[in-house]
This record gives sequence, structure tokens and C-alpha cells, in this order.
Amino acid sequence: MNADTATMSGATVPPGKTGTWWFLASEIPVFGGLIASYIVVRLGSAGWGEASGHLSFTLALINTFLLLTSSMTVVMAHAASEESNYRSVAKFLGLTILLGLGFLGVKAVEYTTEIAHGFTPASGIFWSFYYGMTGLHGLHVLAGIIVNVVLWIGALKGSLAQNRHRVELAGLYWHFVDIVWIFLFPLLYLA
Amino acid sequence: MSSETSHAPLGFWRSHVFSTDHKVIAKQYLSLGLFWALMGGATAYLIRWQIAHPDTEAPGWGFIAPDFYNMLVTMHGTIMVFFVAMPILLAAFGNFLIPLMIGAKDMAFPRLNMLSFWVFFLASVVLMTSFFVPGGAAAAGWTGYPPLSAKMEYTGVGWGMNLWLLALALEFASFLLGGVNFLTTAMNMRAPGLTWFRLPVVVWMQLTAAVIFMLSVGPLIAGAVMLLMDRIIGTTFFLPEGGGEPLLWQHLFWFFGHPEVYVILLPGLGIVLDVISVFSRKPVFAYRPIIYSTIIAGFMSFIVWAHHQFISGINPRLAMPFSITTIIISVPFAFVIFSMIATLWRASITFSAAMLFALGTLGVFIFGGITGIFNGSAPVDIYIHDTYFVVAHFHYTLFSSVFFGGFAGLYFWFPKMFGRMMNEALGKIHFWLTFVFFNSVFIPMHLVGLRGMMRRIANPMQYEFLKPLEPLNQFITLSAILLLLSQLFFVINFFMSLARGKAAERNPWQANTLEWTTTSPPPHENFSTTPTVHRGPYEYSSPESAEDWLPQDQPLNAPRAAAR
Repeated sequence: MNADTATMSGATVPPGKTGTWWFLASEIPVFGGLIASYIVVRLGSAGWGEASGHLSFTLALINTFLLLTSSMTVVMAHAASEESNYRSVAKFLGLTILLGLGFLGVKAVEYTTEIAHGFTPASGIFWSFYYGMTGLHGLHVLAGIIVNVVLWIGALKGSLAQNRHRVELAGLYWHFVDIVWIFLFPLLYLA
Repeated sequence: MSSETSHAPLGFWRSHVFSTDHKVIAKQYLSLGLFWALMGGATAYLIRWQIAHPDTEAPGWGFIAPDFYNMLVTMHGTIMVFFVAMPILLAAFGNFLIPLMIGAKDMAFPRLNMLSFWVFFLASVVLMTSFFVPGGAAAAGWTGYPPLSAKMEYTGVGWGMNLWLLALALEFASFLLGGVNFLTTAMNMRAPGLTWFRLPVVVWMQLTAAVIFMLSVGPLIAGAVMLLMDRIIGTTFFLPEGGGEPLLWQHLFWFFGHPEVYVILLPGLGIVLDVISVFSRKPVFAYRPIIYSTIIAGFMSFIVWAHHQFISGINPRLAMPFSITTIIISVPFAFVIFSMIATLWRASITFSAAMLFALGTLGVFIFGGITGIFNGSAPVDIYIHDTYFVVAHFHYTLFSSVFFGGFAGLYFWFPKMFGRMMNEALGKIHFWLTFVFFNSVFIPMHLVGLRGMMRRIANPMQYEFLKPLEPLNQFITLSAILLLLSQLFFVINFFMSLARGKAAERNPWQANTLEWTTTSPPPHENFSTTPTVHRGPYEYSSPESAEDWLPQDQPLNAPRAAAR
């Protein structure tokens, strides 16, 4: 991304940020469509609460805690990048990555347990949505981790200085992924 | 023709294949889109042959089995909408025109732009591959309704359908990245003085189309993932036996599918407005209201989708509101059409090839818009749904935008794109043949539909009540073949002009917008100095200028910068 491209039209927002916001705007309908489908289909049929009862509320709560904490560390990475403190950036990005990996690890334990108990994606409509929604969200977490790893390597090697605005852009995406989970958690585990 | 003077020349691969130059990328989209148009035309030929002469050998191909016929209708729709209309109207024209018309050096994210094209290329490869896998390509209709599309046993198509879903997902990803680029470029990189209301209409329409696309495609991306999961790992999102809901797909599909109609309509209308203004030597009539109409139509496009589902068992209390919104959305478009006509009113018109195609779009689109009112009204639609009346209707709207509008744009901007003029005489012959044969294909098709012939049936002669339609169907097929052959005039003209056309000057049409102030074709990074904009794009026949045009970047009372 060319953040340094002259903004001839007098725009105060750099292109990278405009682009990231448009990208997020187009991501919202992806999960919006999925969540709306879940709600509509769930309202139209019975037996969902019983299926949902087989999920592990404790593990999901731990995961919520991990992701919320990672949203804090990614903000601290951004704050450090504003002060050009790249050792600190590397530390907080590293923490964010670890928390993200922790989330995926817990998710893997959940999937394994559920499948071991016979609840596969083919076990009915609740499980279709459960695996579809958490799976697509998990892929987004993975993508966020990859982006953060690239920035983390840059912060360690010192090459991030010329692209430090990318920490903020990656943070915007990370928050988005976090917010999606805030919707999925009550819909799947609590309702 | 000087190009890339300011840079060390890049190698062939970097300058022609893996280029980040928006003009090269535009031409790549154009070439790939035109290639797919050949495939789309070939499928149309085979479809029409089978309808007019069922179960006989199509010349140049052979016998068309019913399951192959299903594949043909599916792939014809898929190719024409997603692999012809989108790359040509949106990606090729948008990429070429937006940076040039806003006075920018390139897109905001040139490498992302290159990535968009190559993701689209990958989508094309995947779709092409799907023809050659066991079981053949997708055959569940271009709308891919489950349960038909959700299980291999129903259509006999295995990997073809999976690859179809994959190709669409890749294409959507490509155009999402493209949309991010279009919008960021226009928001951040406009030349000094180029305010929002000095942008050419075509740029406004491209941007509105990009926003509509980006905000509507998400649910279908989710839907494509869900359908793929149903097919591959046994989920039951759309399968009633597992508690799923087939109608859900129709909502996800049409929530995108109907806005998509406007995504490929708006850029065509924008092109036509620009071309009409130039060849009428008059400002576009009611510029600002057109922009407002476009934006209103953009909003409204999100609340009309269920008019595709009037006979899908929709609640009548829901059908009526969708009927009403559907009929209301014709108002902003009627306004745009009236503006076109008002621009022509008492103008001194030049009937160039580009102008003829622009006027063709206007005429053909009006016809398609009027039959759209019939379809949009639920009680009428229940009678004509899934008949050839609907097929005729959407060909009138989409063919007008994609082909008439697209050709208008190509004849108009070809000199800027390739630095050579096209042959006007061949262009006019191309227009008249296309116009005549288009109408002789699709006007009778309305009659066929009103007499009850259904869409997507391989052999209408199986039905007693459709037998009298055989001569009409044969006439349509003959006209369709002639319509396809008429395109040879374009192909010949295109390649002949590329090789031997007259060299184009900077501004062959004496137009005002910024792309005409640079060389034809423009150099790498487009402008030798960033232009400063002093006025709107349509100051034709202005009393402030001695000539009948007044370029956007020319200060008043200053000598014109040396042309050529």
C-alpha cells in the first residue's frame, strides 16, 4: 500500500486507511448474511437449544477472554508504533499473535471433543451453522495472525519504521475479527 | 507514441503481463472479458440450435444431450454476467477511466490492482477447468438453486459444481479488492480542483456500482461457502432432510443477484451519458439530479431482491412490498433516461459508431425497462415467471448495458486505449446489424414467453401446446446466429485498427474530460504534470469559449496548450 501517495484531493485520511475501512465494510455483510441466516432459520425450527447445550461454555468463555485481551495488546502495539518504539511493538504484536494462537488452540480442542462425541458438521442444522460460522471466523483469525506475524518480523528486523501505519491497519482488522466473535459467542453458546 | 519515458523500461513480463499500470490491467481485463464473450456466444448458439431444431446435430458441434443442455444454459448465464459484463464494464472501463478521468498517476494501490486481475484470472482458469472434469460443468442454472445444486445425484455434476462455486468465490474476492481500489482512488487521488460534482458521470456510476457490489456480495460469499460445505462435508444448510432451508439460498443469492443487475447496468449508463454529451455537443442534462438518482437507485437496489421469488412460496404480505419497491426503483432510472433524451433535444448530433451504440443502448434499455414493470408486479409475474418473456426482458436490459453500452465505450475510448482510430464505416455496419438482429431475436421471444414456453427446457417440442411455436423459434435462432456473425465486423475492425488504424491524436472527439488532455495512449503515470481542474466535465457549446468545447483543465482567457 502506498500510504505516502500524495493525497491530491486534500483528503486527510491516508489511502491505506480508506482502503482498510472499505474492505471491512465489505466484510461486514459476509458475517451479517451468515448471522441473519442463522437467526432466521433458528426462529423457524425447534431443537436448537438442546444441540447448543452440547457445546462447552467454559472453553468459549476462555476464548472470549483471549480475544478481548488480544484487542488490548493490539492497541498497545499501535500506541507503541506511534512513539516509534519498535521493541515494544514487537512485544505487543507477539502477545497478540500468542493470544490468537491460543484462541485457535482452544477452538481445536472444542472441535475435537465435539467430533469425538459424534457431533460432526453433518449432524444437523445447528451443527452446520456452528461449524460454518466458527470455521469462517477461525479462518479470519488465522488471516489476522498471518498479517500480525509479517508486521512482527518487520518490527524485529527494524524494517517496520517506514510502514508503521500498517500496525494500525492490521489492528483495525483484528478488532473486526474480535467483534464478530462477540456476536457469535452469545448466538451459538448462550442462546 | 512515447511511453515510459520517465522510467527505465521494464522487461516484457513486468510491462505487459505482471504490470501494475492501471491501463495495462484494464486491457488485460478487456482481453479476458472478450475471450469469455466468445465462449458465451458459443453457448448461446448451441442453446438456440437445440431449441429450434431439437435433437439434431448442431453444425460445428454435434448432438446436444439434455444434461449437456442444462450445462449450456447454466454456463451461458454465469459466463455472461460474471466473466463478460463484470470484467469489461466494471474492471476494464473502471480501471482505465477512473485514474485518467480524475487526473491521477495510477490507482491508489497498484499492486493490489494487479492482484485483483490475477485472482480473476485464476477464477477464469477454475471455471474453464470445470468443463473438463468428469461429470462436466455446473448444470443447476446460473442461480444455482438448491436442493438441485446441493447434491451430486440430482444433476449428475460432481466437481463441476464445486469448481463453479470456487470460481465465483474467487471472482468475488477479486472484485472486492478492485472495489476497495476504485473507491480509495477516487476519494484520495483526485486532481486539484476536481470536486465530487466535477467528476464525469461515468466515474460516479462506476463508484456507485462498486459500493453496491461490495455491500451486497457478502451474503452470497457466505452462501457459496455454505453450499460448498453442503456438497463436500455433509452440512445441511440448504437440505430439508437435515433441517435446512432451500429458500435461504434464494434470499442469499438474490440479495446479491439483484443489486448485481445494477452493478453491471450503471457503468453502461455512465458510458452512454458521456458519449451522448460529446456527440451532442451539449452538457449532460441535469447533472446533479442524475447523481442523486444514481445514489437513490443504489440504496433501493438493496430492497427489491425478493421479486425474483414471487412463485417460490413467498408470503403474499411480503410480495406486495417488494412489488412496490421494484416499481419505484424504475423512477430514478426513468430520470436518467429522460436526461439522456433531454441532452439530445435540439443538439447538433454526430452519428459516429460510438454515438449509434449509445443511442442503441437508450432505445433498447427503455424497452427492457418497460417489460420490467410487468415482471415487477407480482400478479403478472406469477403468470410469466420462468417463461421466455423473462428471458427476453433481462436480455433487453443487460444486453443493452453490456454490449450496446460496452461497444459505445470501446468505439469511444479505443483511440485513448490503443493510440489508433477504429474504422467508422465498419463500426456503423456493426451497429446496424447488431441492432436489427438483436431485436429480431428478442422481440419474438416475448411472444414465445407469453404463449407459455418455459425457460431451461431442452426440447420444447415435447409439449403439445408449444409445437405451434416451432417456426417462431426457428426464426429466433436464425436471427441469433446472424447476430453472432455480425460481431465479426467488430472483431475484424478491432484487430485491423490495432495493427493499421490511423494514429489517434490527443483529443479526436474534442471532448472535455481529463483523459483527452494527455497523449493517446497515455504514458506510464498518465500526465506529464498533474492537471488542475477549473470546471465540470460537460462544458460543450459554452459561450465562454470560442470553440464548442472547454476542457476541464483549461483556465479561461489563456491560450490552449499546444495540442497533439
